Amino acid sequence: MSSRETLFGIPAPDWADPAMQRRMRRRHGGTHRLRWLGIAAITGAIGLLLLLLVSIFSIGYSAFTQTVVTIDAPVAAEFIDADDITESNWNRMARAAIATLFPDDAAGVRDPDYREVLSRGGYNVIRNTLRDRVIANPELVGETLRITVQTADPFDQLAKGLVRRDTPEDRRRVNNRQIAFYDMLVEEGRIERRLNFWLLTNTDNRFPEMAGLAGALRGSAFALMVCFLISFPMGIATAVYLEEFAPKNWATDLIEVNINNLAAVPSIVFGLLGLAVFLNFFGLPRSAPLVGGMVLALMTLPTIIIATRAALKAVPPSIREGALGIGASPVQVMTHHVLPLAMPGILTGTIIGLAQALGETAPLLLIGMNTFITDVPEDVFSKSTALPTQIYIWFDSPERGFVSRTAAAIMVLLGFLLFMNAAAIFLRARLERRW
Amino acid sequence: MTRIPTTRIIVTALLLTIGIFIAWSLLGPWPTVILTLLSGLGWLIGLTRIRGAAQHASTGARPHSLMGYYATYVALWTGLPSFLFLLAWVFLQGPVIEQLLIASLPAASAGDLTPSQISLLISEIRNVAAGRIFSEPEPYVLEAAERYGRWVAISGQMKLAAIAAVALLGLSLSASRITMAFRARQGVERIVNVLLLVSSTLAILTTIGIVASLAFEAFRFFERVPVTEFLFGLSWEPQIAIREDQVASAGAFGAVPVFAGTILISGIAILFATLIGLPSAIYLSEFAGERQRNIIKPILEVLSGVPTIVYGFFAVLVISPAIRTFFGGTLGLETSPQSALAAGLVMGVMIVPFVSSLSDDAISAVPQAMRDGSIALGATRAETMLQVLLPAALPGIVGGMLLAVSRAIGETMIVVMAAGIIASLTINPLDSVTTVTVQIVTLLIGDTEFDNPKTLSAFGLGLFLFIFTLGLNVIALQIVQRYREQYE
Amino acid sequence: MLDRVKEKMDDRKKVQMDHPTGRVETSAGTKIQSRKVNMWYDQTQALFDVSLDIPDRTVTALIGPSGCGKSTFLRALNRMNDTIPGTRLTGQIVLDGVDIYKGDLDPVQLRAQVGMVFQKPNPFPKSIYDNIAYGPRIHGLATSKSVLDGIVETSLQKAGLWDEVKDRLTEPGTGLSGGQQQRLVIARAIAVSPEVILMDEPASALDPIATGRIEELIHELRENYCIVIVTHSMQQAARVSQRTAFFHLGKLIEVGDTADIFTNPKEQKTQDYISGRFG
Repeated sequence: MSSRETLFGIPAPDWADPAMQRRMRRRHGGTHRLRWLGIAAITGAIGLLLLLLVSIFSIGYSAFTQTVVTIDAPVAAEFIDADDITESNWNRMARAAIATLFPDDAAGVRDPDYREVLSRGGYNVIRNTLRDRVIANPELVGETLRITVQTADPFDQLAKGLVRRDTPEDRRRVNNRQIAFYDMLVEEGRIERRLNFWLLTNTDNRFPEMAGLAGALRGSAFALMVCFLISFPMGIATAVYLEEFAPKNWATDLIEVNINNLAAVPSIVFGLLGLAVFLNFFGLPRSAPLVGGMVLALMTLPTIIIATRAALKAVPPSIREGALGIGASPVQVMTHHVLPLAMPGILTGTIIGLAQALGETAPLLLIGMNTFITDVPEDVFSKSTALPTQIYIWFDSPERGFVSRTAAAIMVLLGFLLFMNAAAIFLRARLERRW
Repeated sequence: MTRIPTTRIIVTALLLTIGIFIAWSLLGPWPTVILTLLSGLGWLIGLTRIRGAAQHASTGARPHSLMGYYATYVALWTGLPSFLFLLAWVFLQGPVIEQLLIASLPAASAGDLTPSQISLLISEIRNVAAGRIFSEPEPYVLEAAERYGRWVAISGQMKLAAIAAVALLGLSLSASRITMAFRARQGVERIVNVLLLVSSTLAILTTIGIVASLAFEAFRFFERVPVTEFLFGLSWEPQIAIREDQVASAGAFGAVPVFAGTILISGIAILFATLIGLPSAIYLSEFAGERQRNIIKPILEVLSGVPTIVYGFFAVLVISPAIRTFFGGTLGLETSPQSALAAGLVMGVMIVPFVSSLSDDAISAVPQAMRDGSIALGATRAETMLQVLLPAALPGIVGGMLLAVSRAIGETMIVVMAAGIIASLTINPLDSVTTVTVQIVTLLIGDTEFDNPKTLSAFGLGLFLFIFTLGLNVIALQIVQRYREQYE
Repeated sequence: MLDRVKEKMDDRKKVQMDHPTGRVETSAGTKIQSRKVNMWYDQTQALFDVSLDIPDRTVTALIGPSGCGKSTFLRALNRMNDTIPGTRLTGQIVLDGVDIYKGDLDPVQLRAQVGMVFQKPNPFPKSIYDNIAYGPRIHGLATSKSVLDGIVETSLQKAGLWDEVKDRLTEPGTGLSGGQQQRLVIARAIAVSPEVILMDEPASALDPIATGRIEELIHELRENYCIVIVTHSMQQAARVSQRTAFFHLGKLIEVGDTADIFTNPKEQKTQDYISGRFG
């Protein structure tokens, strides 16, 4: 067989030829290499995703606990204004409480080294706690109150082993004297690591150990609510119109082309739109979740429209024909039969669209949702941040402690996204009907 | 009375709640209450009137439509026009009062003040009116603030009266049309149709809004800075000095370095995404079994679902230091901490799914007959893939890559966090460059005044960004479309 | 396309065809010999104990109603079925004394020797020249550009297409008419110098005139190749083939000289089929 004749002068492959055998090995090796190239590429991509998750988790997890100091604060009668308890000298009381922690060698209450162990925001916490509790219950005068406050970030890091003691003192963020003080507090049982609920219940703060996401979460919730309230009904209405009622003419084509192109417009352009139209032209309030939600709604709209149209298309024509056949009007067919059947698909698309909106940052930066705000927004008009813009603010802050906070906030954001996408997948799997 | 399906009650309740919510958050409590009550009243009146008509009609005669349609008809005509009226009022109230205020200020209306001074003055007046007084205001400001507060109050009262009037007018007009023969269902459905049509124009309005706002502000920018300087100038220093005598007080607006930086970073991104995405697509379409595909594809899709701010953080915290260690430390090359390479690589990771999914689709769309033809000639799988299937799928792959490029150019957060701010003209990927989106964010972050070239230049950049990405998309979609048609 | 057909066999095995394990003696003049071939797609059995001798330099037609297994059998002859997951084959198919399913025979080499033409013409989206040159190039048959030019010209001439396309060799092959495309595909198969050409209903997508030309071509090629053709048209089988095999429900019912089968079938089923009682 290796001695094949040559037909019409066309050479036949001579498989027995050693050169040909080498060639065959090389050709088969090509397939082998192509397969491994693909495996390597996919492994690389998944590896990068894992690297991203692992690096964020490894930085962020430490922010989910917080080191606290417990203070036994004496409510001494000398600070209390007997006539009007609200006029008592709470500042001095707080200073005295802090002084109880300090060892004997402290240079007074204002000892610069020792003061730095407590969070700089902790002073206000102590004063306000004392004030509120004593005013609420004047019988506490003369007793001691147990108050816990966050340590300053370097000592939180020290407790977590992230600031290492074996680093030379001049390159360490805490000096030896402070470490000695810290160790004394540990020995006295005053240092504790707690689950950091403040991360979710506090608002933004200049001090990383005090900062939390409460305002950002509420802001994101408001913005998403506005986004949903606008994009959901408008998206469904548009999709229903285009899919079921629109005449086939140039105007309809224009709308369709428009929607497809809107889906690809960079998000920052929507931010420019929000800035120029909503803020500058209509004079809506800056940094407000209302405006954020409106901008996000415009971005989410194409997603919802496209998902809704797909869901409407999936409803078989037989159902429409059946309903029309028994005398229902087109609007009745739509509202009574087609829309309810398409609803799971629409909801799935909506959730995915909202998840995208939740992670969107750039347009919110342009409408000023990245301001430093220490209040939880009361309504959609209040100044507020949102979860992704809060992440950006923390990312942009110079304090070291914000690095792990940023990662922790990203974990919170990813958690929400995971939940929303899981809900969408669940909806799709459980409710979507196949015909 | 016939039983109404539960789902319909739930859906109606949901729609009503959404409507009231929108009204409440946009228009405030009182108008919402008035609108809701009057619409409810309209509903009742509609129902009563058709019931009455039916009782007086001869026995056996029935109204044209179901009773509920008459009630809904009146309710819609009561609520909708006044709602729209109210919406217009709310949006126009601010600008109108502001104009009145400017007109009432002698200094402002006389043209002695620049626009920025006027807006400063206006915001001061607003602050004073809201009780936020920081220093002792001038007497005329106090006076204006008092005027402002009075006008806002008057506007509020007039608004309530006006919407009540519009609602009642709609109610009486529509209620008067109700007779046995009136086709209420068609009436309601016509309104529904119009509502659907109106919402579908929102997409158009958005586009118009984008184009108009970008073009308008960009035009104002090009009045100050010539288009030619913007497009061909080699120096980008938009910082406007606070004092006149500062160096470079005029700023420089040559956008070439910015465009070049954008192209450099997007180029790195698309190169990386193709290196990863194309072999992945080949593997998925040629070598992976059904089960592998069902696992790998969604995992790859996750890459484009991760918010870009997360990628930005990742770039700064992991990739940039790694690149510096490798190129700067190991190879001893000068590496910027904000190298274009780091931003580009991470952006590339983000757009991998674009390339891999669209390439996979394109390869899979090549007819099986092509594959069979090649295999039957004694080609190996690699030869079939690289010499027959890939060339056949090339238009689809190119289309997908163009979409990815458009996405990369418009991407903001990764570059805002990981790329530089200073515009430098270089093709060295280890240098720091800036991009269009970075400049837009940098120029517009914080309080912005719409009257200096610095702010307006962001809109100039935005306009070109919009035009460029839109163009890329249109071309890409056409290529993909034509490719699909070829094999259908 | 999720249900994309995957090639299951391992391409990487490579040996010469005359591997000792696969050597089988066959009678003189027989090009392909199949013995007790059974085939399954997953759980479904598609072929039952098919034993058939296919002589060299002859056109053998496989006929039978659709779903009878004739195409499956054809694709088994160059192991194209390997590309469909879940297929399984027992028995023996011997080409020139070598069992093509035994040992570590390389199907890539086999397919270069056993060419195939499909129902729908499938030129690659390349120029006419590159379509023909594809096979010689991958197998490294041409040592120079002029040799390759020669192969392309000869193949196109043998397929009767040269005169029609010689002035537009650089134009895409997809631009030709259906009949021309099918001849292009036949030329493409000829260009790797096969000994056997399998044709799976090669004219079913063509108009009568183009069909006529393909049938003429088959007739000419018979002098140099072993040709196996699957056809649903009994007239075509009668026109082009010297031997005919009738398949029914995965079984080979009858095989013989074409003239005998059509005039004097031995089996009742064959009689029923050719007289149009079923199928």
